[in-house]
Amino acid sequence: MTSDRSKLGFYLLLAPLLLWLVLLIILPHIGLFFVSISEKVGVRQYETGLGNYAVFFNEPLYWRTFARTAIMSISTTALTLILGFPIAYYIAKMTRGRTKTTLFLMCLIPFWVSELVRTFGWMILLRETGIVSNALQYLGLTAGPVEFLYNDAAIMVGLVYTSILFMIVPLVTTLDSLDDSMIEAGYDLGGTGVSILREIIIPHAMPGIVSGCIVVFMLSLGNYLTPILLGGKDSLWFTGLIYTQFITRFNWELGSAFGFLLLALSSGIVFVGLKLSRQTLSETMGR
Amino acid sequence: MPATPDLQCIELTKDFSDFRAVDQVSFDVPPGSFFSILGPSGCGKTTLLRMIAGFQFPTSGDLKIKGKSMIGVGPNKRPVSMVFQHLALFPMMNIGENVGFGLRQRGVNKSEIKQRVERVLDRVGLPGITERQVSQLSGGQKQRVAIARCMVLEPDVLLLDEPLGALDLKLREHMKIELKSLQSAFNTTFVYITHDQSEALVMSDKIAVMNKGRFDQIGTARELYYDPNSAFVAGFVGDANRFEGKITAVNGDAVTMITDNGSHLKARTITERVTEGQHVQIFIRPEAIQLTLEAVGGADEYMIESVLFNGANSLAILRDPATGDLLNVTLPQTGAFLGLGKGDRVHARWEPEQARCYPGEGR
Repeated sequence: MTSDRSKLGFYLLLAPLLLWLVLLIILPHIGLFFVSISEKVGVRQYETGLGNYAVFFNEPLYWRTFARTAIMSISTTALTLILGFPIAYYIAKMTRGRTKTTLFLMCLIPFWVSELVRTFGWMILLRETGIVSNALQYLGLTAGPVEFLYNDAAIMVGLVYTSILFMIVPLVTTLDSLDDSMIEAGYDLGGTGVSILREIIIPHAMPGIVSGCIVVFMLSLGNYLTPILLGGKDSLWFTGLIYTQFITRFNWELGSAFGFLLLALSSGIVFVGLKLSRQTLSETMGR
Repeated sequence: MPATPDLQCIELTKDFSDFRAVDQVSFDVPPGSFFSILGPSGCGKTTLLRMIAGFQFPTSGDLKIKGKSMIGVGPNKRPVSMVFQHLALFPMMNIGENVGFGLRQRGVNKSEIKQRVERVLDRVGLPGITERQVSQLSGGQKQRVAIARCMVLEPDVLLLDEPLGALDLKLREHMKIELKSLQSAFNTTFVYITHDQSEALVMSDKIAVMNKGRFDQIGTARELYYDPNSAFVAGFVGDANRFEGKITAVNGDAVTMITDNGSHLKARTITERVTEGQHVQIFIRPEAIQLTLEAVGGADEYMIESVLFNGANSLAILRDPATGDLLNVTLPQTGAFLGLGKGDRVHARWEPEQARCYPGEGR
């Protein structure tokens, strides 16, 4: 009797998660998969085949955009790690109590504003008539107005800015758990700042580094708004291609195929990343 | 001329923003000796040790290791190593890598590192564990690995920051003996800080008792125990009955005191002359008190308040029926006192030489 009841409770508690997974993730993906393997041969006539995937590999624009998106996302991840690590180390190890909370909150506050507004903020700074351009002219460093927007660097800035919090949070958590005496012991045994960073701090922070990188990489790869707004119309991003297929071209079959290729790409790169850093998914996400 | 001391502190002082943690401490530690700094928590001993290790810099004074001043020298450039309170073994490395860490930093080549790591692990009695992980070791083994990790660098001075604190009682007793024998085997100077007097008494060649940032007394375990030069040392090192009161009579260094409750006690003054009417404290060790069942000359009658059985260290708490003062007495293990229980009457006396009188009141 009691075990039946507790079983019922278990399934009731599990239900929202299962509904979420099945209705919003698994079913749409199955549907999209069937759409992606159907080729249009005539009006309302479809055949099953891998033609949509073949289109991707035969058209250089598609797979070049695909590769470009992957490489830019990896660079964004690396840059976010390089920028986020010192910030996280400072928050976790150099500050205490109130200062720590304040700094942490200051990292969080920009995220209370919508991503759209934040991206427009960057546009105000970087555009031809923007603050940076005007400041440079005022200081006499440039003769005329400079356009900082609509290039890869602007996209990178936007992506790093949007995702750095998701790098800092897991890093602060893992660095916080590193006992200060470990670092002191390293110095005491003759270690230098560099060797202690390499042999003690980074190995300890590895789960945080990897989980932060996975999240940042996924966010960059799947980002749509930032590359479009900061990159301009010439800047191609793979999510933009998917959008075009679905909305502009109304070619759902090719769009779905692109969607699955993006899924395969992100899973593949995360898998390689985990293998290279010798971490497991459960170890990095389980914390 | 005596050999240069391994470690020499000259009027070492450390001020924090609102208080002075270490106050003009001076001492020498001769080569190859086991030196302990004993004090209650918050007395500044950890700050002192961290200054020797180089994690904190003194406000004033000098600190010399083998005659060389260490002011302005970073912790990674000093010929000292430290065993941390929680050992701080690196969990991301195996035992061999842990012990070899310091040698790697010095750029020693790989085959030599391997040899020296194996040799030092052998010396601490843990041969062939280089491939194991830190989590696979027991508390005592971790302790020895932490010492090996320092000793492999052949430091001039090894600092130990209460490393036995986290161990259980049996292992702690065992490690005390082991630490002492490791120290004599390596013949390295150990500077050991602790709040546990029995650790300090058992292991040390010399002990400094630290209180409120100052050294109250430096001496051998015997000197501190039998000849404490201040009320703090008398109360902190070993157990003692403590009475407060006023001097009623002075005769040379023999004095008589009356406690606030009205007991008359005879004692001997140690450091300064005292005068009649002055406030003093008297300390009597529990084992200095002789217990008898029958009344003998000079013994007062007491009532047993309770008996605390603890094997050879059993204590009886006696109450003076007239004044209510309490007295802790070691129970002699001769069998004559086996049957004693609460409410029984006994007689107790002590030689006035064994009761030590210090001026001042309170702690």
